[in-house]
Amino acid sequence: MTQLALVIDLNVCVGCHACVTSCKQWNTSGWAGPMVDENPYDANPTGTFFNRVQTYEIGSFPSTETVHFPKSCLHCEDPPCVPVCPTGASYKREDNGVVLVDYDKCIGCKYCSWACPYGVRELDEQQQVMKKCTLCIDRIADHTLPEPERKPACVMACPTNARLYGDVHDPDSEVSVAIRERGGYALMPEWGTNPANHYLPRQKTHMHVTEEDLQRSDNPLTKEDITVYQGEETMEDVTW
Amino acid sequence: MHPAFSVIFLTTLIGAGQGLFLALFTGQLYSTVRLVEQQPSSFYAVGSALSLALLVGGLAASFFHLGRPERAWRAAAMWRTSWLSREVIVLPAMMGLVFLYGVFHWAGWTQPWLVLGEGALTIDATFVLGMLGVLVALVLFVSTGMIYASVKFLQEWSSPYTIANFIFLGTASGFMLAAAYSALIGNNLVSFFGTWAVIATLLGLGTRSASLMRNATLKHRSNLQTAIGVRHRGIVQKSQGFSADSFNTREFFHHQSLRTLKLIRVAFLILVFPVPIMLVLLGYQLQSTTLPILAFAIQYLGLLAERWYFFAEAQHPQNLYYQQVS
Repeated sequence: MTQLALVIDLNVCVGCHACVTSCKQWNTSGWAGPMVDENPYDANPTGTFFNRVQTYEIGSFPSTETVHFPKSCLHCEDPPCVPVCPTGASYKREDNGVVLVDYDKCIGCKYCSWACPYGVRELDEQQQVMKKCTLCIDRIADHTLPEPERKPACVMACPTNARLYGDVHDPDSEVSVAIRERGGYALMPEWGTNPANHYLPRQKTHMHVTEEDLQRSDNPLTKEDITVYQGEETMEDVTW
Repeated sequence: MHPAFSVIFLTTLIGAGQGLFLALFTGQLYSTVRLVEQQPSSFYAVGSALSLALLVGGLAASFFHLGRPERAWRAAAMWRTSWLSREVIVLPAMMGLVFLYGVFHWAGWTQPWLVLGEGALTIDATFVLGMLGVLVALVLFVSTGMIYASVKFLQEWSSPYTIANFIFLGTASGFMLAAAYSALIGNNLVSFFGTWAVIATLLGLGTRSASLMRNATLKHRSNLQTAIGVRHRGIVQKSQGFSADSFNTREFFHHQSLRTLKLIRVAFLILVFPVPIMLVLLGYQLQSTTLPILAFAIQYLGLLAERWYFFAEAQHPQNLYYQQVS
């Protein structure tokens, strides 16, 4: 079974929001109609986004660290938002594990958004249906696109390659290897939602410099003195 | 959570409607075994109409909650997994039973089908409809409660108290209404319904206080550390990713001060419990016909505040991600 997902590398995300704008651009021009944007150039702009980049500061000055944190639907393996939907509009695709909303069936009751602990479902204020990240299902499932382009728009746009995309059930995929070897973790594991999307932690590059690296204690150039001394002046006495 | 008035009216109105039906059938049951005086069929017919009106009012209010009300019929589809879907099925079933119960009484189709114990208990069509109605009313209370109690990460709601509160508070308000209705038409069931209303109100006080106490010391399982997966005590959000507001900032927070919250809690604790109980007792003492009506009205007002607080009190873990604009 396939479970497509994103793995987001917090170590290289620079918080440029390219994934946000590319996501909005692709999905607002897609088959599902525009994603609402109210007052886009005015005070209090508001609208629907599938993906947001947030910024957190960790630690206290001066030892602080800034973490840019892109957040979109995690395509949980046990999505709590799906069983609560009264109409069946919210569903998880059998073939690739992507959690989707059938916009023609959604009644806009917002119950699925209540049932998502991550806050990644947003009601479209114009269409009055629930919207969320589709993992660009119309790109990844479109076989007319050349193979390298069958990726979510955000993955294509990321300038630092902070967004990896693939099948997390295939143990040899790039994403699985990254999760396994680079400490990939899931958000809010306490609720048993089993998010398919994972995050790679920040990793500081530490240089370990020991005293021995700077000052060699055993100088190989020192010639061993094999003379047997018997009471007379030694080399040490002469040197010092 | 953001308290939506559509849902506040839905849950309080159908609660009172279900409770009124339970009261009517309790009255019928007691009069069948001759513990209280027999009532004319019009008492049950008009009472059922009142109950039906409340249920219809609740259903109408619920439509204001939907973004696409014209598709509401679809909501019956997923009854296997969704408590909301179950409520959507059970509510019309309840309405149908209340309607039939009222019609059978109004038309006088009460010929006994079965007489037990030499006339001690006569079973007719309204008795069967009433028993079914009681069952469906309870299922409806549970369905409504489970919509909230089944969301496990809304920890304030995720408790059996939620269901108990819906049952007892709805029943209390229905019996209050039955007492008010009896007082209005001047029959002698005011103290009968009033007594049961006081009992249900006291039970509701017990479970609601228990849930308030539980929530006061509730330890939330999610925090910023688990939300972004960084093990550090000092995490501060610097930007939530947008400069104004969004669905996430509107839907999941009440945007009121803690003072307002406390005020509403005190208001509902006074209006739902002691005041109606005092008014019912006083009405009994003074043989007043207006005090039971006042008791119902005040308790209903209090229940609106109670339901508002119920929503405002619940802290959704998604709010962890939306704490700082920039």
